[in-house]
Amino acid sequence: MEALEALRMNKIVKSFGSLKALDQVDLTVAKGEIHCLLGENGAGKTTLMKILYGIHQQDEGEIYLNAKKVKISSPKEAITQGISMVFQHFMLIPNLSVMENIILGQEETKMGILADKESRNKVANLSEKLGLKVRLDMLVEDIPVGEKQRVEIIKALYRGAEIIILDEPTAVLTPQEVSELFKVLKTLKEDGKTIIIITHKLKETLAVADKVTVLRNGKNQGSITTDKATPEILAQMMVGRNVMLEVVKGKVEKGPVIFETKGLNLKDKLKNINLKIHAGEIVGIAGVEGNGQTELLETLIGLCSPTSGSIIFDQKDITKDSVEERLDQGLGFIPEDRNDRGLVNNFKLWQNAILGYQKRYEKKGLLDFAAITKASETIVKNYQVKVLGIDSKSSSLSGGNAQKLLVGRVFYHNPRVLIIAHPTRGVDVGAIEYLHKEILSMRSQGKAILLVSADLDEIRQLSDRIAVIYEGAITIEGDGGDFTEDELGLYMAGGLRPESKVVKA
Amino acid sequence: MLEQWLNSDAVFLTVALLASTLRMATPLGLAALGAVYSERAGVINLGLEGLMLGGAFFGILGSYLTGNAWLGVLLAALAGGIMALLFALVTLRYKANHVVAGVALNLLGLGFTTVLLVAVWGNRGKSPDVAGIYPIYIPYLSDLPIVGELIFRQSPFFYLLIILMILSWLFFYRTKWGLRLRAIGENPAAVDSLGIPVFTYKYLAVIAGGMLAALGGAYLSLGELSMFARNMVSGRGYIALAANILGNWNPIGVVLASFLFGLANAIEMNLQLYGWPTQFVQMIPYVVTMFVLGGFVRKVQAPKALGQHFDRSNTNM
Ligand SMILES: Nc1ncnc2c1ncn2[C@@H]1O[C@H](COP(=O)(O)OP(=O)(O)OP(=O)(O)O)[C@@H](O)[C@H]1O
Ligand SMILES: [Mg+2]
Repeated sequence: MEALEALRMNKIVKSFGSLKALDQVDLTVAKGEIHCLLGENGAGKTTLMKILYGIHQQDEGEIYLNAKKVKISSPKEAITQGISMVFQHFMLIPNLSVMENIILGQEETKMGILADKESRNKVANLSEKLGLKVRLDMLVEDIPVGEKQRVEIIKALYRGAEIIILDEPTAVLTPQEVSELFKVLKTLKEDGKTIIIITHKLKETLAVADKVTVLRNGKNQGSITTDKATPEILAQMMVGRNVMLEVVKGKVEKGPVIFETKGLNLKDKLKNINLKIHAGEIVGIAGVEGNGQTELLETLIGLCSPTSGSIIFDQKDITKDSVEERLDQGLGFIPEDRNDRGLVNNFKLWQNAILGYQKRYEKKGLLDFAAITKASETIVKNYQVKVLGIDSKSSSLSGGNAQKLLVGRVFYHNPRVLIIAHPTRGVDVGAIEYLHKEILSMRSQGKAILLVSADLDEIRQLSDRIAVIYEGAITIEGDGGDFTEDELGLYMAGGLRPESKVVKA
Repeated sequence: MLEQWLNSDAVFLTVALLASTLRMATPLGLAALGAVYSERAGVINLGLEGLMLGGAFFGILGSYLTGNAWLGVLLAALAGGIMALLFALVTLRYKANHVVAGVALNLLGLGFTTVLLVAVWGNRGKSPDVAGIYPIYIPYLSDLPIVGELIFRQSPFFYLLIILMILSWLFFYRTKWGLRLRAIGENPAAVDSLGIPVFTYKYLAVIAGGMLAALGGAYLSLGELSMFARNMVSGRGYIALAANILGNWNPIGVVLASFLFGLANAIEMNLQLYGWPTQFVQMIPYVVTMFVLGGFVRKVQAPKALGQHFDRSNTNM
């Protein structure tokens, strides 16, 4: 029996200026199905979903819900039609409580006054039913990312959604949180809800989805049920060629230690961090988000100064140097939050392409536009940033393309030490393959690389040495091959004690 | 004993000083409350000065035309609402920079009240005296020692301020509209994505803010002098804005901050009476403002999206 059709988007066309983001895209989703949207960065996945949610209007094409044609011209109408969306970037209000964030727009009131008890019961019921644990009275700014994601999902369900759109919900989650999320999605599915999920992780797609639709360059590449799909087939559909899903890592002769931290402490956030990175070596920091990674990164780059301890770069103590001085000496930094720390969203692409390095493009105190244009164009070309031109605003870049620009900027400016946080977060498989290759080529060129990532596969595939960070301390360090994935997971959760494993020096 | 103490000079002077503090604080408090509404909705309100001046003028005009001072108050609020609507159109619809538009509103307020002053009364300095709004002695309560004189012999505008402060607090922290407004000032895109009409809220909040600021202005003209004088607000709009910041965009906080600035004003007046050099003494409220903002401003938190333009299809999410 053919399942009922919950949603059909028919020949959707959408242009932004001269850029055709969607070109005659069809999407059909059956009721009670988990449907995955796949596609390279900038393929148009988010745009298609924003049209469904009423944030953008399509130029052409129709939307049918339960076989009835509808016009959705605002999120309000989408919600009325039973559609909810969890966005790629959190849409929460940091200084309101979890509770207030959830009920916003659908508040229970008694004679105009907020009825706290009623809302609370409703929310508590929802979160209990699905096993989504949230602390209702915490401020959103004080809760970890995983919990924020749960708040977003409860928010969607609180509105009584029948169709739930999740735009890259797993990008910021740990493996454990991902499997919890998938459990919730499957429960929802059994309840008859329809789910559309966007992700770049092929394994996840196969684990959770019933059916996959692939977009490439704004065009529909067809749909496939997951029982017939493999990661290779999906990658092939997305990119249009074969993709190496595993990294091939050559051997590189280690050079001398060029970057080192000695007994780094930062209040109670970092505890006695000792790291040594050789030239031609990648040291991976594995850890659940919020265990001191942010503080470590900010201390290394000079955004905050350690309470005690020192940072040595090429035998020189740089603990007191400013960020600018560190960049000048050849420290390259890819921050964890590209929107917050990495790029200025309403700057043009070329401005972002030289941000932090603008001094190198000075000629008699003025910016040298010829050089800037050349550099920006090279970055766009070499790092495959999909964009109209270097005068486009960075806010118009899709998530993955913004990341490529950021990586391109740092690699292009010839660093000797690289501090890289989550380099492939939100990046498509083709680009991951490419970025991993670039990181490895930096290693062959003898750069010292510190890699912080929540993606265990990435850490394991790239790192020569792995250190696990837990509650601000490095609990164990060893060669890349020393750990199995399960062991790493346990160390990250603080489960295994370091003494239980012999550490090679 | 007690009798003696109550009648002592020190007590008399202190009560007088505090009573004038409350009088000085009344217009600041009303305007600062107005600022809370507009800024919680994300619109910087640098135009308080102009709005107050408008309120001061139309209050007198209304009273002059009808002979009823309360109808003057009504006209003042109406005029403030209309001026604020204009400001809202410029900043929200045409996306002008809030600060620039606010300064323009202040210049506009000064300009057109002066022009109208000449047009209506043929005088470029001040209006004739009209029926004003006078202090009300609350029966029994006003006979209480100290508090009676301090609190219960005040202008109706003062009572209005206290009532509006409480209502505003309830509005912001106990109703859904207040919750939404607070959310809009922080992250309009998130609020919009929940289907809440962000711009409707912004317009209404700016208009409400304008009406409140105009009431503050009407107090200055109707409540204190019973006439309008050119540029009579003389900087109070800016101090009200400072009170709004110091009070952390919270209705109760901003009224308390207004009391502080009112006290500085009252001290200034008293010192002038005692023959201190006027230029020096007049600096006091402003110096206090600077010190307070410099020393405390770090502990307060402005709405995150304050001053930003919101556009649904151009937000990164
Ligand atoms: N508001 C906008 N203005 C101009 N161009 C835009 C806008 N939003 C998206 N685009 C462009 O449309 C294309 C599709 O973007 P979209 O965000 O839908 O990609 P995506 O498939 O979600 O990619 P990612 O996986 O990187 O998030 C991109 O080239 C992007 O630069
Ligand atoms: Mg996207």
